[in-house]
Amino acid sequence: MSAVVTSLSAGSGGHVARRATQDPVWVRWLLTAIALGFLACFLLLPLAAVFAEAFRKGAATYFASFRDPDALAAIRLTLFTAAVAVPANVVFGVAAAWCIAKFNFPGKSVLITLIDLPFAVSPVISGLIYVLMFGAQGWFGPWLMEHDIKIIFAVPGIVLATTFVTFPFVARELIPLMQAQGNDEEYAAVTLGASGWQIFWRVTLPNIKWGLFYGIILCNARAMGEFGAVSVVSGHIRGETNTMPLHIEILYNEYNFAAAFAVASLLALLALVTLVLKSVVEWRHAQAHGSGTP
Amino acid sequence: MPSSRSSRSVLPGFGLSLGFTLAYLGLIVLLPLAAAFIKTAGMSWSDFVAATTSPRVLASYRLSFGASFAAAAVNATFGLVVAWVLVRYSFPGKKIVDALVDLPFALPTAVAGIALTAIYAKNGWVGSWLDPFWASAVGRLDAALPGVAWKEWLGVKIAFDRPGIFIALTFIGLPFVVRTLQPVIEELEPELEEAAATLGANRWQTVTRVLLPELFPALLTGFAMAFARALGEYGSVVFIAGNQPLHSEITPLLIITKLEQYDYRGATAIAVVMLVTSFVLLLLINLLQKWSRRYHRV
Amino acid sequence: MSVTASAITKTFGSYTALGNVDLDVPSGQLVALLGPSGSGKTTLLRIIAGLEHADPGSGRILFHGEDVTAVPAGKRKVGFVFQHYALFRHMTVFENIAFGLNVRRENRPSKSEIADRVHRLLKLVQLENLGGRFPSQLSGGQRQRIALARALAVEPKVLLLDEPFGALDAKVRKELRRWLRHFHEEIHLTTLFVTHDQEEALEIADKVVIMNQAKVEQVGTPQEVYDRPASPFVYQFLGNVNVLRAKILADAGVLPAGAAALQSDGLVYVRPHDVAIATHTPSAPGLTAVLRFVDAAGPQARLALEEIGTRAPIDVEISRSELEQLHLKVGDLASLRLRQSRSFGEDYAI
Repeated sequence: MSAVVTSLSAGSGGHVARRATQDPVWVRWLLTAIALGFLACFLLLPLAAVFAEAFRKGAATYFASFRDPDALAAIRLTLFTAAVAVPANVVFGVAAAWCIAKFNFPGKSVLITLIDLPFAVSPVISGLIYVLMFGAQGWFGPWLMEHDIKIIFAVPGIVLATTFVTFPFVARELIPLMQAQGNDEEYAAVTLGASGWQIFWRVTLPNIKWGLFYGIILCNARAMGEFGAVSVVSGHIRGETNTMPLHIEILYNEYNFAAAFAVASLLALLALVTLVLKSVVEWRHAQAHGSGTP
Repeated sequence: MPSSRSSRSVLPGFGLSLGFTLAYLGLIVLLPLAAAFIKTAGMSWSDFVAATTSPRVLASYRLSFGASFAAAAVNATFGLVVAWVLVRYSFPGKKIVDALVDLPFALPTAVAGIALTAIYAKNGWVGSWLDPFWASAVGRLDAALPGVAWKEWLGVKIAFDRPGIFIALTFIGLPFVVRTLQPVIEELEPELEEAAATLGANRWQTVTRVLLPELFPALLTGFAMAFARALGEYGSVVFIAGNQPLHSEITPLLIITKLEQYDYRGATAIAVVMLVTSFVLLLLINLLQKWSRRYHRV
Repeated sequence: MSVTASAITKTFGSYTALGNVDLDVPSGQLVALLGPSGSGKTTLLRIIAGLEHADPGSGRILFHGEDVTAVPAGKRKVGFVFQHYALFRHMTVFENIAFGLNVRRENRPSKSEIADRVHRLLKLVQLENLGGRFPSQLSGGQRQRIALARALAVEPKVLLLDEPFGALDAKVRKELRRWLRHFHEEIHLTTLFVTHDQEEALEIADKVVIMNQAKVEQVGTPQEVYDRPASPFVYQFLGNVNVLRAKILADAGVLPAGAAALQSDGLVYVRPHDVAIATHTPSAPGLTAVLRFVDAAGPQARLALEEIGTRAPIDVEISRSELEQLHLKVGDLASLRLRQSRSFGEDYAI
């Protein structure tokens, strides 16, 4: 009963009356043109511009950009940051989803709201709060200085700020998924004598693996691309505390556009891969659940 | 939730998972956020007011709120059209277009910033014709309706001026309205439209009196989400904004500027104002979502 | 106003929902479209309403002899009640009922006239005090009646109901269908309703149209279609039936040797209450069967037997007192004869 999708070309044959759920043909064409035009201006053009600008001075210049040791250092730091922040948030997301979906306790809805909190915070403020904690003037600043530990304007600060901004991604995918799946299979496993870890690895995890993967790719995309929060805590030391987005900014402000867009094109590719993987997961989900979108 | 309290004893791992969740949440999120509030608590009220209401700060609020509102409004309008087209019509390449809607979620903001700047700058693909057009349009408006600082309000260029900020904020807020509306449109029963038709309503009446009211709560939710996201946005805006104090300096940028001047208190005070605004918006969005589910017990 | 559908064909891709169907609903009658899911009954109803259109070139819809095939749904003056009611969730009950009047471009009644009419309708469906509620605050049966009031507000000439009681629980369903019957006797509006529940159709309709696999199988009063089913499908669809091999019956002397059933498909249809049962006596003619199971809960006892030669199952319904007189126990042999049976082909009765 939900098949109201109409093809743009169908029904234009005149004498057949329109169904009650169909728009007139000219409306369909007009709305489609508006929608595609809007998306072209705001989505397709920027994406195309990244690659056009990156290759403006030829492929040789493009690939030369990646031989710059500072660029390589930025790529390494970005990968390292994501390699710490993403697994940390995966462990957290699974633990949070487990206690929220499998048990009842007072304050559960407050906890769910708190988990979403980092999404509501401006990236700039996400960086700022760590400066207030660990910066020279911050709470732990004097103590850290005494012990010669650097967090702000160093790699730990970058990792922390990235962890903060990507905090909810995995948890918010898994919580509704595990709540919807209920506990019946886990109860069955308990009655069959499985231990806690066995239940998790053999029953729960296989059921949530696609939702988990979905959360991981979104978390990873944001972790590698985060700019505002990292910008505040980084200190912008070339070759040391520059992630790829920060490196792009430096190159851009030096009017080295070709190199800036070359590095940007890597992140744009990452975004495209993320979108493809995301679509594949959604497609699989739709297959597994008969019809519709997840 | 049908699961009973006895579940606590049947499945293992409650203490471990809840303990870890709370500890991690506390250390990564709550404690650092508290730091901002505690830092401002150390300020006197007059210092706080002075730091958060100086002309430069007020100008940045006006710009941030105004541009975010305009961008969210445009996203609500076009997002409604995009969601409707993606759900109700079929055309070649629809799946690709559908996937592409999430690009602003996946594309790093810095990349979006420099890409949008490249397009809308004076020598860019769009800017090369839109820039002169905009300048002359605003000029004519200024001449026709004097008394309003049109050039100040609307800017005289696209990139490196206020229109650029609006464009960047529209880009990053684009998926919210579409993704909030899509499932709601999908779940609209065709019978609603058929009922309206058998009762004699024409298509326009059906759309305005039946469909739009049905979609309104979700539309408002999407609008609020896009608005909240735009308020805090930094990465994509700084490249295209021009960043002139009192004119094209958004509030998040002002926080960074204060930090770079080692004015930690000033930065934190503004941050607290932004945080409170964000939390109110978050609350509002949660209420909106509850409201949009209100009728759905039918 | 009478409704006529003639030679309606509707295909969805390669699937045929209606194959050259004719239907005639006389003015003022309450007619049931009865059939299993997928039989095309809802599609036919939607085509009559103008929500769906028959395949180009096929068939016509006539209202009181006037061709409305090309008239859009909103101008046909039909009231349509949807299976899940399709009430507008953001409108109150009052606004829902008034909707059809409010959207009128020509001769829209005044505000007070609309209010009057809505209140009259609320009274008619016995929900006078609920005008200010939202649909989500109503029970299923109340929603159903509001949907009916909304459909009636535009003063339709024909009322069409799609599975009107399908989404309700059994008790409410029973109450509401009696109510619909009384209601129809009061207003005498030509009414066509779709159902898959034979009890519902037989209880309240003036006329039942039985559909199966895109075709009309039989049209008649409830009694006609129950007593004289026109096809094996109708036999099996309306009530329980035993399907027995004519040859076994003839061998047992229950069916004459020249019976028509032997010539046609060789099958005989007999309702459980048309089987006469007696204790087994080897000499007397009759089909010998062994009693396997007795369900004596309720006014009628249902006996499950098995023909001893082919082990074909036979159900028999007798009264409780008859069962007591028989002194039959599970495992006993019994002798069966047919009071009335039918084969297709030709009518046959003992």
